[in-house]
Amino acid sequence: MEAHDAGIRARLRLQRDGFALEVDLALPGHGISALFGPSGSGKTTCLRAIAGLERVPGAYVAVGGEVWQDDAAGIFVPVHRRALGYVFQEASLFAHLDVRANLAFGRQRVPPGERRFELEAVAALLGIDHLLERRPDRLSGGERQRVAIARALLTSPRLLLMDEPLAALDHRRKQEILPYLERLHDELSMPILYVSHSPDEVARLADHLVLLDAGRVVASGPLGETLARADLPPTFADDAGVVLDTVLEGHAEDGLSRLAFADGVLHVGRRSEAIGSRLRCRIHARDVSLALSRPPDSSIVNLLPAVVTATVGTDRPGHVLVQLRMGGTPLLARITERSRRELDIAPGRTLWVQIKGVALLR
Amino acid sequence: MDAADLAAVWLTLKLATVVTLLLLALGTPVAWWLARTRSRLKSAVMAVVALPLVLPPTVIGFYLLLAMGPNGWLGKLTTALGIGLLPFTFAGLVIASVLYSMPFVVQPLQNAFAAIGERPLEAAATLRASPWDTFWSVAVPLARPGFLSAAVLGFAHTVGEFGVVLMIGGNIPAQTRVVSVQIYDHVEALEYAQAHWLAAAMLAFSFVVLLVMYTLNPQALKGGR
Repeated sequence: MEAHDAGIRARLRLQRDGFALEVDLALPGHGISALFGPSGSGKTTCLRAIAGLERVPGAYVAVGGEVWQDDAAGIFVPVHRRALGYVFQEASLFAHLDVRANLAFGRQRVPPGERRFELEAVAALLGIDHLLERRPDRLSGGERQRVAIARALLTSPRLLLMDEPLAALDHRRKQEILPYLERLHDELSMPILYVSHSPDEVARLADHLVLLDAGRVVASGPLGETLARADLPPTFADDAGVVLDTVLEGHAEDGLSRLAFADGVLHVGRRSEAIGSRLRCRIHARDVSLALSRPPDSSIVNLLPAVVTATVGTDRPGHVLVQLRMGGTPLLARITERSRRELDIAPGRTLWVQIKGVALLR
Repeated sequence: MDAADLAAVWLTLKLATVVTLLLLALGTPVAWWLARTRSRLKSAVMAVVALPLVLPPTVIGFYLLLAMGPNGWLGKLTTALGIGLLPFTFAGLVIASVLYSMPFVVQPLQNAFAAIGERPLEAAATLRASPWDTFWSVAVPLARPGFLSAAVLGFAHTVGEFGVVLMIGGNIPAQTRVVSVQIYDHVEALEYAQAHWLAAAMLAFSFVVLLVMYTLNPQALKGGR
């Protein structure tokens, strides 16, 4: 991430009722950046401060080279003059307006020259084009949230802020919305700052990951790299695993599909996507085991050589987390402390990883 | 009903209409401020607005009479402005009625504004609406039931006034003699038949107004006082 003006900068410091926030964020000006952490870690406060909904004294906020707040220079751009879109946890649609008027609300307040999207096109992108004449109280929770996302997009923001947009929805509604979020990511070149406490959502959507804990940034970096860090606090290590972006390369004769990543190929059950599709998969540390030599008689299909880069203890008694690299691609394995001792696993050691499960995220 | 009765009815409707419009214009910003402020003055302002609910109309009428009289600050002001003195005029009645009916307008509006919550206003700000724009395009439409209650209660309460009118306006035909005073006159004169007509009309009017409001908007009066 370059320090030049395309990205998102936010320096926030806040002390309040036993809660301290101190973050200095430098995020890329494209893709989805996830702010991830347990509740009370300050995620939402960060988002509200960046939007200007909450005024944090002494803060500095700049997006795409435009300074939104710099108290040292006496700059505070009011919320309604910031080119941002904001999606709240609850859809917060205007109850007195139908869907079309809700969508038009922000769009018509943007000067015509700055409007990048047509109402109908965005409605179609989010699959709400058949709901335009409905009142918000006649929509399902998932539909309401899609309208809220479309409404925010129609202001042609330079930054889209999403505060746990799926948290208030049940599992089915979440699954209904996630593909639309992926479409936003793939079809719009708009940076999105996405707050979540769900590892699954983050693994599926994010390109860049910021881990927050108790008001501080624990880690920040590209998703794959950050998830593969073995030194994270237990909150994150519990669900440890890495995310790989792969390309569907082809199908083997025995029905398996080949997913190519930078440093190798994974075999998974037959995929129906077109050859060349980009697929993201997640490999949990608990699904990876290690062997000193290539096991000649294993039932596991995905066997790859890797080098150990670190081992750390976990909060799970008797277990360690092993960080490895397959070429440049990081991987995590969770093994028992006994195995680590008996196999003498230490940094620099080359061995074979057996990947028991690959979860396709998209 | 004779001509005097009709004049009283007409005057009452005129007074209630003017007062209601003024109450909405003045009460809305007060209610908005009360609903959103964290100022320590909030309680004091709420108490002042609510005073007419507990004070006898004679007390309010008495102080207004003093203020608007030749030696009162308001009286001196109006005299200096060339308007003359306000007691025993229609304008004087309007001012007294606005003060006297203020809580009936401010309280439903304040509750309606408070019920909107912070979120729709924040959403509007993120959709490029300035605070002024947000007030008109989001807060006012969402507070519509509150405006309906406020207008109906303000109007009905002004129609139902008696004590303040007598204190400030006296009993001048076609100027300050409203229906409630006219009924009083009829009763004093033992003209019970005429008193009945007007009294029954008032009763019916008030019932219908409240009935319509509760039917259209059952929430309207809940917490409105």
